[in-house]
Amino acid sequence: MNGWVIAIIQTALMAAGAPFLTGWVKWVKCKLQCRQGPPPWQPYRDLAKLFRKEVVISDKASVIFRISPYLIFSVTALAGSIVPLLAVGLPTSAIADVIVLVGFFALARFFLALAGMDIGTAFGGMGSSREVTISSLAEPAMLLAVFTLAMTVSSTNLATMIYRLLDFPFQLYPSFIFAGLGLLLVAVAECGRIPVDNPATHLELTMVHEAMILEYSGRHLALMEWAAMLKLMIYGVLIANLFVPWGVALEYTAYDFAVAMVTITAKLLVLGIVLAVSETSLAKMRLFRVPQFLGLAFILSLLGMLSHVILEVR
Amino acid sequence: MSLNIAHLAVALAILSAFAPLLFARKTALLKFFSFMFLGLSGCAAVVAGAMALLADQVVTMVVPIGLPWLHCYQKLDPLAGLFLLIVGLVTAVVGCYGPAYVREYENGAQPLPVLTVFTGLFVAGMFLVMLAADAFSFMLAWELMSVASYFLVAYQHQNSENRNAAFIYLLMAQVGGLFILLGYGVLAAFGGAFSFDAMAAAPLSSGWASIAFILAFIGFGMKAGVVPLHVWLPQAHPVAPSHISALMSGVMLKVAVYGFIRFSYDLLGDIHWQWGVLVLFIGSVSAILGVLYALMQHDLKRLLAYHSVENIGIIYMGIGLSMIFSSFDLPLLAALGLVAALYHSLNHALFKSLLFLGAGAVLQNSHEHDLEKMGGLIRGMPITALCFLIGCISISALPPFNGFVSEWLTFQAALQGPAIDSGVISSLIPVAAAVLALTGALAAACFVKVFGVAFLGLPRSEAVSKARESSFGMVFAQGVLALCCLLFGVFPTWTVGAINVIPQHLLGVGLPAATEKGWVWLTPMAAETASYGAPMVLLGICLAWLIVWLWLHPRRRKTPVRVGDTWDCGFGPLNSRMQYTSSSFTQPIRRVFRPVWPIDEQIIAKDEKHPGGHYHLRVGDWAWNKIYLPIGRILLASAKRAAMIQGGNIRVYLAYSFFTLIFLLWVIV
Amino acid sequence: MQLISLPVSEQLILTLAALILFTSFLLLAQTRLVTLIHTFALQGGLLFLTTVLVAIASGRHHLLISAALTLGLKVFFIPWQLRLLVVRLDIRREVEVVGNASLIMIGAGALTLFSYYVALPIRELSLLSTRNTIAISLAVILIGMLMIITRRKAVTQVIGFMSMENGLMFAAVAATHGMPMVVELGVALDVLVAAILFGIFFFHIRSEFGSLDVDRLNRLNEVDR
Repeated sequence: MNGWVIAIIQTALMAAGAPFLTGWVKWVKCKLQCRQGPPPWQPYRDLAKLFRKEVVISDKASVIFRISPYLIFSVTALAGSIVPLLAVGLPTSAIADVIVLVGFFALARFFLALAGMDIGTAFGGMGSSREVTISSLAEPAMLLAVFTLAMTVSSTNLATMIYRLLDFPFQLYPSFIFAGLGLLLVAVAECGRIPVDNPATHLELTMVHEAMILEYSGRHLALMEWAAMLKLMIYGVLIANLFVPWGVALEYTAYDFAVAMVTITAKLLVLGIVLAVSETSLAKMRLFRVPQFLGLAFILSLLGMLSHVILEVR
Repeated sequence: MSLNIAHLAVALAILSAFAPLLFARKTALLKFFSFMFLGLSGCAAVVAGAMALLADQVVTMVVPIGLPWLHCYQKLDPLAGLFLLIVGLVTAVVGCYGPAYVREYENGAQPLPVLTVFTGLFVAGMFLVMLAADAFSFMLAWELMSVASYFLVAYQHQNSENRNAAFIYLLMAQVGGLFILLGYGVLAAFGGAFSFDAMAAAPLSSGWASIAFILAFIGFGMKAGVVPLHVWLPQAHPVAPSHISALMSGVMLKVAVYGFIRFSYDLLGDIHWQWGVLVLFIGSVSAILGVLYALMQHDLKRLLAYHSVENIGIIYMGIGLSMIFSSFDLPLLAALGLVAALYHSLNHALFKSLLFLGAGAVLQNSHEHDLEKMGGLIRGMPITALCFLIGCISISALPPFNGFVSEWLTFQAALQGPAIDSGVISSLIPVAAAVLALTGALAAACFVKVFGVAFLGLPRSEAVSKARESSFGMVFAQGVLALCCLLFGVFPTWTVGAINVIPQHLLGVGLPAATEKGWVWLTPMAAETASYGAPMVLLGICLAWLIVWLWLHPRRRKTPVRVGDTWDCGFGPLNSRMQYTSSSFTQPIRRVFRPVWPIDEQIIAKDEKHPGGHYHLRVGDWAWNKIYLPIGRILLASAKRAAMIQGGNIRVYLAYSFFTLIFLLWVIV
Repeated sequence: MQLISLPVSEQLILTLAALILFTSFLLLAQTRLVTLIHTFALQGGLLFLTTVLVAIASGRHHLLISAALTLGLKVFFIPWQLRLLVVRLDIRREVEVVGNASLIMIGAGALTLFSYYVALPIRELSLLSTRNTIAISLAVILIGMLMIITRRKAVTQVIGFMSMENGLMFAAVAATHGMPMVVELGVALDVLVAAILFGIFFFHIRSEFGSLDVDRLNRLNEVDR
């Protein structure tokens, strides 16, 4: 019972912290570009404003359009509940392993893309078409990267993976470097960040995520935006806790949780800075350069797998 | 007992073929009796299959018909039981769907009894294949199935396209049948008899075993439709009536899978790792090419047919993994791969039949099979749309529906690759898993396209905008299948527990750990290796939804949704031609994977015929251009050579007989 | 999990091996000449680090000389020279690839697996714990060769050649703890001479054929077409 309570609190923390991470990245970016910039907690204000606003829906919209925001947010929140933010060994982490996590993202994306096509405008279809193309290239790279880790610790359960990594004495895994880099690139593509997509753009020809949710307004839009922030958060926590697992609580004591809280915050803030720096220094790619970008991610993951087989197993 | 019920199913199927002929004049009675018997036959098969599977019993029987020294052996074991259940389930559902669907053939060019007779024989043939326990009755049942389905494909033979498709289908079915026959021939030569028991006991050298395996692989692969033997599938499925497509694609391909598993695991037994690598490779190629070709189709039923190629590929990947593990003496992992393959066979039968039935409903109500002319069907046909959506989610392998479970199991099997004591193979297996991931993601892309273009957006043609919901029987049939998709996805533990007896028979071990954590948790190897709580996933999604819904409830009361026109940027009204079409949706993928298809793409500027300009796109199939057409040319050329012996002179023909006689006499001496 | 039995220095060598293989892939994927040269310098740098590490860990200090040579020649001199060439010949961007780029990358992955397969029996024989690196160095050599085959421009081919040589050096250093001093010096000298010769050839090819595209050399074909 105790575990369930912690799991629910952890999920709530994840959902509550997600807008801050997005705001933090934006803030750091602004500072890097010598702009004043909104404070990191600005996304909370935006979400609150959107939740208050009226919802306007096209008369061409079907039921898919109306349920999608709720479904996408629920699935993303569920995905958040299985990723160990603070502690391992929680009952929720047994619900799904990392392959199911990828499945959750795919389910959310499926409805996101359908919602984009529902009204029958050109932008929505364009966004959906691009989104499914990008994600279908990103998914194999992500799974291959995750497989490399899973083969090292012989488990696909996220909590078990982190637990075993912490349990082994420290060693250098060449394969982890590649898998980590590959996962980082995939995260950039999947979360719609520069150089694959620009979350700040409203220029029609460059939009991907924004094009799909163009018709949404009010609380529906708020749920969609929040789900996107949550997704960034999940990828951040995944990368932070899988590749730098130290600090995750193994026992449920107040001290361990405090340590876990501090370390994960620090890790995410650093990741946010890395993301902001890369977004500042890179330009957005042409759409048809993205396959090369994801090809690099795939090659990195493949190299991770190969170096695992060649160098680490004997 | 179970075998008797199975025989009852066969008898009912044959009855559904011939009994209604008494009412050949009264169409209503004909339809009613034919499909009622068909449905009952399906139900009987489900009962028989479930009994064999759940009670884990093997029943054999020797029927004293046939040649005096060649009795007909019948056997029902759990493997046959599972496939009997699959066939029976879909047949029963088709029994509900059929009466309403064949309405449009009542006044067609062809007599309705032809359709019902061959449907009954087709189903009876499939049942008999599962029950056969000797090569002779197996081949008879197999040919009954092939030939009956040929007539079903050729049913609407007024179109030359249909005749052509049916001919290709018959040709490939016969060539495939020949290969299977040769495979059995090898086994029978060493075993000394035609019964499966004698064949399984045959002492085969490694070389002969491989030859028999290759023959069976080609023969069953032709029916199953693995690349590059798949070309008949996208031709034959679209032209058959939709409920027949559902049976052919959902079920008949599974019969081929059954034959392949029976041949390699039961009859050959001692599996070599090279076979496994071959099966895994062909499976991966089929999966990825199947989905890529499917993406480019805009004929709904042809698209679904290409997806069958993809899913058969996934099934073969599971079998291939199982074979590799089995040859490296890892029976537990081999059982995992086999369970994944069998589970996917079941799932594919469910969702593919569902999708074909949905496509049939759309076809009947809008007379449209081209995605480019559909759109907005969700408004006219909401229940069909819901069922079709469930089918789309299932086939795209998204949780918590059934397609996901079997792909997840396949991934789990692939992840156990490092257990193999050969570095090269153990590193190739994860690459196959990456191919599977790519396949799954592309399948999701494809079904976003299908559902988005067909059911969402604005109608692209007049007929489609007027489409209305189908009659009760058709909707009910789809609803049953959709419910099955959900149930087999949410309660995988029970299914895996039931399927488990099959690897116990074939490999000696099941998956003891899979169900030990209770019915909620599916843990194929061990709880700490991987676990999937499908009921919890569904519960979690519902719970999260409920929380959000309750939380937003006060706001919903305060500010209700306002419905208005779509924002058109201040220009004129939007129309349906501004939407993304099927072809434009897949344009980025077409560009990324360009070399995969032979593409004929032209943009014709304005001319007299096309005042607004014209865009022409035709995506072919390399298998035709590179394999079948050259083979056809070679055959024709050699046939011309061979025709030289046709002198036309009677004395020459007599001379042929004369020399043949002398040769034979010499051989005998 | 037997990695853990290795000392940290050897774990580091394995990591460096993986990184060198990665630079090989990068070289193959690169589409800009200047970046290509920088990547090549990076590979040299990694080789230098490996050599230093092996020298310190195994106590064979003569390897330090070889390391210094690597640093001087492969990290600074040759890349600098090549860069100068590229700037002078004004061919900064064009790296023309023969065949499909992603197919070549997949081919490189397959080559890596193949070299692993080939190196398996050798691995059994070696007593050193870093023997796994043989497969990696073989892969680097094969990928270098693949690069020579699939590129049109002479400059990229030279880099492919040098990267092959890097693979060889890496095998010598990591898998067998270095060759005799004389051999290493000879190899280093060879590379230097090769680089200079190539440099001279570039100018000649260009002045003869007006381009550095090696396909133009087909004109030297004596058979009349």
